[in-house]
Formats: sequence, structure tokens, C-alpha cells
Amino acid sequence: MIPISWYLLLSATLFCLGMVGFLIKRNVITVFMSIELMLNGVNLSFVTFAHMWHKVNGQIFVFFVMVVAAAEAAVGLAIIIAIFRARGTLAVDRIDLMKL
Amino acid sequence: MITVALHHGFIFLPKLWLIPLLPFAGFLINGILGARLPKWVVTAVGLIAPAWSFGLVAIAAVTVITQGPRVLPMAEDLGSWISAGSLHVDFRFVLDQLSLTMLLIVTGVGFLIHVYSVGYMHSEKGYWRYFAYLNLFLFFMTLLVLAGNVLLMFVGWEGVGLASYLLIGFWYQKTTAADAGRKAFVVNRIGDFGFLIGIFLLLGNFGSLDFADIAAKLAMNPGWAGGILTTICICLLIGAAGKSAQLPLYVWLPDAMEGPTPVSALIHAATMVTAGVYMIARTHFLFDRSPAAMTVVAIVGAATAIFAATIGLVQTDIKRVLAYSTISQLGYMFLGCGVAAYSAAIFHLMTHAFFKALLFLAAGSVIHGLGGEQDLRRMGGLWKKMPVTFWTMTAAVLAIAGFFPFAGFFSKDAILYAAFLSGTNGKIFWAVGLFTALLTSFYMFRLWYLAFLGKPRSPEVHAHESGWSMLVPLVILGILSVCGGWIGAGRMGAWLAPSVGAHTVEAANNNLEIYLSVIAVAVAALGWLIAHLLYREGSKRAEQLASTFSAPYRLLLHKYWVDELYSKAIVKPLLAISRFVLEWIVEYAILGGLAWLLSGSAVFGGAVLQRWQSGNLRSYAAWLAAGAAVLLVFALAPYFLGAYGINVKWAGW
Repeated sequence: MIPISWYLLLSATLFCLGMVGFLIKRNVITVFMSIELMLNGVNLSFVTFAHMWHKVNGQIFVFFVMVVAAAEAAVGLAIIIAIFRARGTLAVDRIDLMKL
Repeated sequence: MITVALHHGFIFLPKLWLIPLLPFAGFLINGILGARLPKWVVTAVGLIAPAWSFGLVAIAAVTVITQGPRVLPMAEDLGSWISAGSLHVDFRFVLDQLSLTMLLIVTGVGFLIHVYSVGYMHSEKGYWRYFAYLNLFLFFMTLLVLAGNVLLMFVGWEGVGLASYLLIGFWYQKTTAADAGRKAFVVNRIGDFGFLIGIFLLLGNFGSLDFADIAAKLAMNPGWAGGILTTICICLLIGAAGKSAQLPLYVWLPDAMEGPTPVSALIHAATMVTAGVYMIARTHFLFDRSPAAMTVVAIVGAATAIFAATIGLVQTDIKRVLAYSTISQLGYMFLGCGVAAYSAAIFHLMTHAFFKALLFLAAGSVIHGLGGEQDLRRMGGLWKKMPVTFWTMTAAVLAIAGFFPFAGFFSKDAILYAAFLSGTNGKIFWAVGLFTALLTSFYMFRLWYLAFLGKPRSPEVHAHESGWSMLVPLVILGILSVCGGWIGAGRMGAWLAPSVGAHTVEAANNNLEIYLSVIAVAVAALGWLIAHLLYREGSKRAEQLASTFSAPYRLLLHKYWVDELYSKAIVKPLLAISRFVLEWIVEYAILGGLAWLLSGSAVFGGAVLQRWQSGNLRSYAAWLAAGAAVLLVFALAPYFLGAYGINVKWAGW
């Protein structure tokens, strides 16, 4: 049996990878994928704890997260396409019209 | 909620609250709308308010006379004003013999002067403003007189000070007028400070501010005298000395002559400056228990009387002569109060209101006729050109000099007689008063000769008699100056006795009073004679005398250098302290520094924190992540540290 801590470590690793990707990448699509990665890292720890405590709460949370992530992906991709059409770029640093 | 406490059934007395309220309504109408109203409306409003008030007072007086004095005192409660703990102050108006007498003077003379002002101020730009202020003054003055407790009186007291300030500085474009207004206000504040301390002491010692309550509490303790009562009386005296221009706070009154002349007549001669005398008479039950304070009152009064009279001898501005004369006469009233002759003091207050208002109004008529000339040396020979002014002025001069049977004779005589009979110091007070009478007679006739007799000294000015609205008040006041004293000190004392106590000393023999009267009239005649010798037409003796006694002459001409002394000893050091300590250290260093520190830290904090708001999405995300990391460390630290035996008690674990 694989110990719980391994799952948790994997979850933390995934989350950190996603976070680092979010912070250092400029392309909006990559940033978007990094967010998905972080969400999945969190999902993994939810499932792990659900398994550990023999409760389904964590797994239900995972479904919620997946639903939100799917909706977010749909809306987010639509926004990305709109931005690309309007600005001709996907670099987050250049999308700064709201800045003072 | 008006409850009228009457001793007996149905007696028609007017509502007291209407008396102050009518002038206040006039003030509101003229003050708010006056600039847009046509002039005749302003005049009508300005005159109807005091006339109506006077009508109400007259009705009350007639009622009292026909029904007998049993209807007095009448109290009117208009609800509670302050109710905090053991302190209760009501809006209470009290009408008794004293306040009724005072009201008759204030509203009666006040109305006449309103009428006079219509003529005197007719071409002024601030006509409506003038009448608004004048009505405001009447509101506060009647409030002061009717007040049933010290605090309500103090409201009126401060209010008349405000009205006085506004009217002295009526021509505010003139620096001297604006300064004079400020000076009057500041000097009065010194007096008011004493008055306030007196009020606090009254509250602390009697637990009430109601005149009747305090009198009742004193009556219950017949042995209580001196001590704290002396302190209270001295504090009240300081207040009275400020308002009534007594030594050493008299300096504002001569400068107050910068205001329009009718204002000088109403506020700075007839009514407001007598508020101090009224206040002492109103609180006489306190003064009666403190012989020491009474002596101080008498000394202040006598000293002021002679001091101001000597200055009045040499002044050349017609209004300033009258101003010093007012201070001197107020000194008489204080002397009267100081020898417990309150009714004589109030009697003199009344006759003085008549003849001094008349003197000022006549002087105003002269100034008006000469196109603004106030210097006696440039007048002369006016009696032919201004006959009505001349004859009424003559009546007033005879009255103030104390000639029989003019009004001033009776009241001044009553005070001198009471002073003569009062204790060991009485003879000194009497002698000072008598000498002051000599000086008074002299400087009044000097003014009379210089202004009206002889040849015109400035022929280029074409004097003209004033209009009827100015002459009618002159004539009425002239009649009052002649007849106002015929009521007699004895009847006046009997009338006022319920309010101020019966202090009339029975003469050992009636001849004494007659002897003293004869001496007083002789002294007045002597004053006239000296003035005649010095100032009749063609006499050069006045100049000779001035050059012979040049040192005393200059001393008097410069008013004993009191203003300069006050300026050097009090005003300048105070200004220096204000500038260096208050302005630079307190204002700039402490307060300014504090404000600068607060605003500076906010600005600095803003400058630092605004860098956070970069608008860069990834920097926000990084801060978010960093924050989350810190929280994580914070939450997990107890576990890690606990492993090494370090017990951290944060975050509730």
C-alpha cells in the first residue's frame, strides 16, 4: 500500500508546478493551463483525504471543482480568443489597458 | 406652555415674552430680508417692533399703577432650559418694580432713538443693517432686564455686548471704528470673565441661579455675611465694571463713540452701560450681606466719577466729552449702589437715561447739521441756526449739572445725600461726588458755550436744523429731562422698595437734606460761572490757563495716558506672548508639527503602498502566493517547532 504522504507530496508538487508556471509564463494559454494544474493538485489532495477518512465529502468537492473548472475553461478560452482578436497578442504583460 | 403666576384673580398684564420677542422678530425680518425690502418697509418694521414692546410695557405699567403694586412680582415660566443633575435653569421672566422701571426706560428711550435714527441714518447704505442691529440690541436688553435667573441675564448681557460691538463697528470700513468695536468686545470679555466666575460661585454655594431662590436662601440664613459672599460680589462687580465702563475697565467707552451717534445715545449712554447698575440692584441681597464689597463698589464708583470728569474737562470732541460724562455719571450710580441707596441709583439711571440720551441726540443733531463735524473748536454760534437743538440741549445741560428743578438735580441729590449719611467714609464719598458735580457742571457748560454761543468758528460750514423725525425725540426727551425728576427720590424709593429693599435712611433733621441740596446747586452754579469766565465770547482765559498749567493740562488731554499704559503693560506683552508662545511654539511647532507628521506619514505610506498596486497581474498573483505561503508557515510552525520542544501558542493552538 502506498502511504498517504506520497499522494500529498504529489499533490503539493503539482500545485507548486502550477503556481510557478502561473507566475513565470507570459502566454495566457500557458497561464490558463497552470491554473488547471493547480486545481488538479488540489483535487488530488481532496481525494486523498477522502480516502484517508473514508468520507465522500472530499470527492464531492472534486466534482464541484471539475464543474467549475470546465465552465471556467469554456469562458476563459472565449475571453482569450476575444483578447487575441482585439489585441493581436496573448502576452499577459501587454494586456494592461486597465493600468494607470 | 405658559403659566402666569399671579397673586390675584384676573388682572390684565401682557405676556412678558412678547416684549423681547417683538424686537427679535424685527431683527429677523430686517436682518434677513432688509437688503431687498424697500426703505419704508425697513423703517416700519424697525419702528413698530420697539413701539409695540413699549406699548406692552406701558400697559403693564398702567395696570400696575391702577391695580396697585400687589400684582408684582409677576413671573412667567416658558419651560425648562437646562436640567442636568441638580442644576435646573428655566426660561423665566420676572416683572417687578425694578424690571418694569428699567423696561420703561429701555423701550421708551429706545423707541425715541429709533425714531431719531430714521432721520439721522436716512442716507446710509446699511440702513436696514442698522435697524436690524438696533432691534437685536433691544431684544437682548429686554431679555437681560426680564431675566429671572442669572444665566438668562448673562445671555442678554452677552447679547447686548454683541449688539454693541456690531453697532460700534457699523462703519466697518473705517479702521478706527472696527478697532473700537473690537476693543469694546475684548474689554467687556474681561468683565464677563468676572461675571462668569461669580455665576459659578453662586451655583456652587446656592445650588440655584434663580434670583428669588438665592434671595430666599439668604433670607433663611440671617447670620451669613462676608466670606464667600464678598468674593461673589467682587466677581459680579468686575462684570458690572466691564459693562458699565467703571475703573479700570472704562477704556472701551470713549472709543465706542466711533459708532453712529444714536447708538452712542441708546447703548453707550442710556441703556446698555447701565446694565451693570441694574445687575447690582438686582442682586442687592448679596451685596447687602457684604459690607466690604459695598465699600469697594462705592470706592470704584466715586473714583470713576471724579476720574472721568477730570478727563472730560479738556476733551475737544463733542462726543468724547459726553462719553466721559457718561462714565462719570455711571460712577455716581455705582456710588449710590455702594452706599445701599439702590433706589437712588436707579432713579439716577432713569434721569440720566433721559438727559444723556438727549445730550447725545442733540450732539448728533449738531454733527448732522454741520455735515459730520465733531470738533468743539470748529463749532460755535449754533443757537440761532439750530434753535430746537439748542433749547433741548440747554435743558439737558441744566439737568446733568443738577440745577433745580431739572431731572438731574433730584437723582444726583438723592445719591449725594445717601452717601453723606452712610458711615464714616460717607463724608469723603459725598465730597468727591460734590467735586465731581462741580466738574460736571463746568465741562457741560464748556461744551454748551463752545458749541452754541459765540461766533461761528468755521463759517464755511452751513449749519442747518435737523428734520422733524430727529427733533420730536429731542423735544420729548427735553420735557423728560425737565420733569423726569419731579417724581422725587422718596416716591421712587417707596416704589422700588419691594424689589431693592427699603434703604432710605431717615434724616436726623430734614434741614440737612435742604442744606446739602443748596450746596449742590451752588456748586453747579459755580461750575457754570467758571465755564462762563473761561469760554464766553472773546475770552482768552482758557488758553492762558492751559499754558500756565501745561503739565496737568497735557495729562488730562492725554487721558492720564491710561490707554498707552494698558497698551504697554497688558496689550503688548499679551500680543508678544501670543506671537511667540502661542503662534510659534504651540501653533507652528506643536500643532503644526503634529499635523505635518500625521499627513506626512500618510503621504509616505501612500507612496510606498502604491508601488504594490502595479497593475501587473503576475505580481498580484505572486503576492497572493507569498501571502498564502506565510499563512501556511504560520499555521504549520507550531508542529515543526513542537517537534523540537518549542511550544508556540499562536493561532489558537
